[in-house]
Amino acid sequence: MSAVSLHSEDHGHEEHHELGFIRTYIFSEDHKMIAKQYLISGIVWAVIGGLMSLVFRLQLGFPDIDMSFLKPFLGQWIDAQGKLDPNFYLALVTMHGTIMVFFVLTAGLSGTFSNFLIPLQIGARDMASGFMNMLSYWFFFISSMIMFWSIFIETGPAGGSWVIYPPLSALPEANPGSGLGMTLWLVAMALFIVSSLLGGINYVTTVINLRTKGMTFDKLPLTIWAFTFTAILGILSFPVLLSAALLLIFDRSFGTSFYLSDIYINGHALPNQGGSPILFQHLFWFLGHPEVYIVILPALGISSEVIATNSRKPIFGYKAMIFSMAGIMFLAFIVWAHHMFMTGMNPFLGSVFMILTLIIAVPSAVKAFNYIATLWRGNIIFTPAMLFAIGLVSFFVSGGLTGIILGNAALDIQLHDTYFVVAHFHLVMGSAAIFGMVAGVYHWFPKMFGKMMNKSLGYVHFWMTFAGVYAVFFPMHYIGIAGFPRRYYSWSGFETFDIYADLNSFMTVAAILTFSAQLVFIFNFIYSIFWGKKATANPWSSNTLEWTTPINPGHGNWPGELPAVYRWPYDYSKPGAKEDFIPQNIPFSATPESNLEEENEMIEDEKIIDSIEFNKNIPD
Amino acid sequence: MIILVGFLALVFLALTVIVIGKTQVLLKGVKVKTEEPEDLHLDKANDWNAIGLFVFWIICIIGLAWSYMDAKKDFLPEASSLHGRITDYWFWVSMIVIMIAFFIVNSLLFYFPIKYRYKKGNKATFYPHNNNLEIIWTVIPALLMAGLVFTGLKVWNEVMDDAPEDAEVIEIMGRQFAWAVRYPGVDDNKLGGYDYRLIDDVTGNSFGMDFTDPNSFDDFTSSTEIHIPKGKPVLLKIRARDVLHSVFIPHMRVKMDAVPGMPTKFWFVTDKSTEDMRIELGNPDFNYEIACTEICGRGHFSMRLLLIVDELEDFEAWKKEQKSFLSMNPSFIDKVPDNLKARALKYTEPEIELTEVLDVTEGVTE
Repeated sequence: MSAVSLHSEDHGHEEHHELGFIRTYIFSEDHKMIAKQYLISGIVWAVIGGLMSLVFRLQLGFPDIDMSFLKPFLGQWIDAQGKLDPNFYLALVTMHGTIMVFFVLTAGLSGTFSNFLIPLQIGARDMASGFMNMLSYWFFFISSMIMFWSIFIETGPAGGSWVIYPPLSALPEANPGSGLGMTLWLVAMALFIVSSLLGGINYVTTVINLRTKGMTFDKLPLTIWAFTFTAILGILSFPVLLSAALLLIFDRSFGTSFYLSDIYINGHALPNQGGSPILFQHLFWFLGHPEVYIVILPALGISSEVIATNSRKPIFGYKAMIFSMAGIMFLAFIVWAHHMFMTGMNPFLGSVFMILTLIIAVPSAVKAFNYIATLWRGNIIFTPAMLFAIGLVSFFVSGGLTGIILGNAALDIQLHDTYFVVAHFHLVMGSAAIFGMVAGVYHWFPKMFGKMMNKSLGYVHFWMTFAGVYAVFFPMHYIGIAGFPRRYYSWSGFETFDIYADLNSFMTVAAILTFSAQLVFIFNFIYSIFWGKKATANPWSSNTLEWTTPINPGHGNWPGELPAVYRWPYDYSKPGAKEDFIPQNIPFSATPESNLEEENEMIEDEKIIDSIEFNKNIPD
Repeated sequence: MIILVGFLALVFLALTVIVIGKTQVLLKGVKVKTEEPEDLHLDKANDWNAIGLFVFWIICIIGLAWSYMDAKKDFLPEASSLHGRITDYWFWVSMIVIMIAFFIVNSLLFYFPIKYRYKKGNKATFYPHNNNLEIIWTVIPALLMAGLVFTGLKVWNEVMDDAPEDAEVIEIMGRQFAWAVRYPGVDDNKLGGYDYRLIDDVTGNSFGMDFTDPNSFDDFTSSTEIHIPKGKPVLLKIRARDVLHSVFIPHMRVKMDAVPGMPTKFWFVTDKSTEDMRIELGNPDFNYEIACTEICGRGHFSMRLLLIVDELEDFEAWKKEQKSFLSMNPSFIDKVPDNLKARALKYTEPEIELTEVLDVTEGVTE
């Protein structure tokens, strides 16, 4: 299934036996099916993570509320007076973060779209290794099962916040959420990391090796560039999280002292000496920072595609977009300690990381400007995907700008670990990246399922969510400026924080409404898969290769030969052209009326491209 | 119960998968009605969405302005520390810079859709790149960033610099779930050594004070409040006993993590006493507070320490009034090595001290 060789002369699937239900839908090696598995898993996790946030937002927005109505779901975690258990509050916060960052925005976003789009957009039959791809999903699935199970155990799921800093996470006696729940979290994450690595290696290998005839790197759609850089980020940084987790497992279970020193707890002094909690923080954030770029880059890549297609214009600054993504990728590795300004590490490190962090703002800004320049003088169609892509740019700009404040170490003294940080990353990650994922679903749904999603429901979903997200997270900045600390069950113990009760209630109500809007999307998604209007092969009149496949691409994606590529994917509204788009597989010799001078000169190269022979010796 | 429900759910899930599988096989033969895909471009919804984006932005601007006016009265009052005023100043400068960028960028983002929305017969302008423009909008942000970096570094280095020699040293220790403070004592003005293996909550040595170090003899502690002087640098020596905590004094713009095994520090100067603030804010019940701001478990949200800023003379008087740990816990005299016992006894038998001490001290009782 994986190599290009055998299928270039195949017509139809006579050679392949009909795969049964299990091999088609469950243990599939087809990248499109695996993508859908990731997507559905991501959506399920998003609902779970979202519901968790509503519970703790209820606690924060309405501190005196009687939560007995939640007893059927949360059992012992609601006490006899209807109050939420403070330990479970921390567990909810922990699991919300873990689920959203890893299970939704890494697996659900990268896993879905890298899998679905890479072979289709580069002109390949499937990934370099369908088997590894399948393993990648099933490791993720097992990881999901373990993480899900940990929610229901008696001592509660992991409760040290999603960053699980030791010593809190290393000592079960410090926190019930550091007992079995933490062990399960660590095991689940180890498996998750394995899954990510299996996927990432596959993506990079496929992009390098399986591009079709004529698909040089400078003709790749920006989605592919984004997914490739994302995969590289993951391959290089996830292993460091694995090492952090392993050392933590050793400290928890095998008596080591990597992170522990000078601890007296529950009446006795622990023997551990010489370790440092700061070591964990360095190791964690070495992944943690690239992780946020792993989350946002695919969303940015998807936006490039959606905005260009729906503006009927080339993405502005194709090369600049690639360089800025490359710049972000390199810089992502050397800014991690801006999460650690107030840890007590040497202030000199603070200076170094502050400089590097403010540098990374520059390529991010360049990308935002390029999106807006793409809109300029376009002929814009507002499909739901386009609306979400525009929303992404707005969130990315708003959230990214507050990142500049936080990256300044002197300013971070007051803002670190306050709700200003929470507002920042929810805008730039929790909203921009989610909007990218949703835009991707709306845009590629016709190719994934052969049906169209309902437009009107899409508009409703967009408007409710867009307004709702700003309603929740914009006011959060004020609370952060006022100094409200993160991970607080309640602020009523402090006169300083005995304010903004109305604002907190407002944010909670807005959050509930925003969550409900997602139900519109889920309904639309499920309904359209079965009863949606049948799609055409290229409903958005887009240039990239995936739209040259049949309405429902089967195994091997193209029933005949793989298309050859002659031009970049952004020939929209080209002067002189017959239509306002020219797909990548249309040679320059077929469009003399719109060719630029240098493109006319490339007509001779077409014969060379056409005569490229695929390597028939690579076994399946 | 949960196991049973979970098991049943799994059974139903498996059954569902099998049924769907069988249905798929059956449906393979059934033809799906093909429909013409609807025309995506020419309906009114496109115009409404475009107009909506622009109107949304206008509403946002109004909402932003109104909400800021409404919210700012609850912001913290002017910083009570000297460095805090500087960081606050640069915070607001940076906020103005980013708000300008926020307005310009978002305005263009929400204006272009309405101006360039799809119109039949219209053609988009094929304009794939402009390298000069890229350079301009790379250099301008880079210069702005450079400005923020240099000013920020200056402030950061000043704040993180070593404390002045004459700073008032106070140790603050975080534990699950309270702060406790230890003062060096008026006689030697030095904090005694400590070791975590000496900590014993049963006997009361929660700090792990080492009584083989004579500097410990006059140290005094408190777990209810911390006093600091106005107008004199205060150096907080920060430690944690069990897990990570973090000292956060919102009014002073002070924050530093408390790390088990790695003492940290933060110094600052305040020029507003508690009384000054009560007058300034018109609130006779105002108090400075210290909060924990690194997740430390169940009681993370309730680690409050009362901070009282005294006029310098009142502070010195208050210090002299405090009873040393040793005098409150005379049993610890046993931990003192023999050659130092005589010095230590001065703290456990205050009556003797009154007649033998020559320097002028205010009444030590209470």
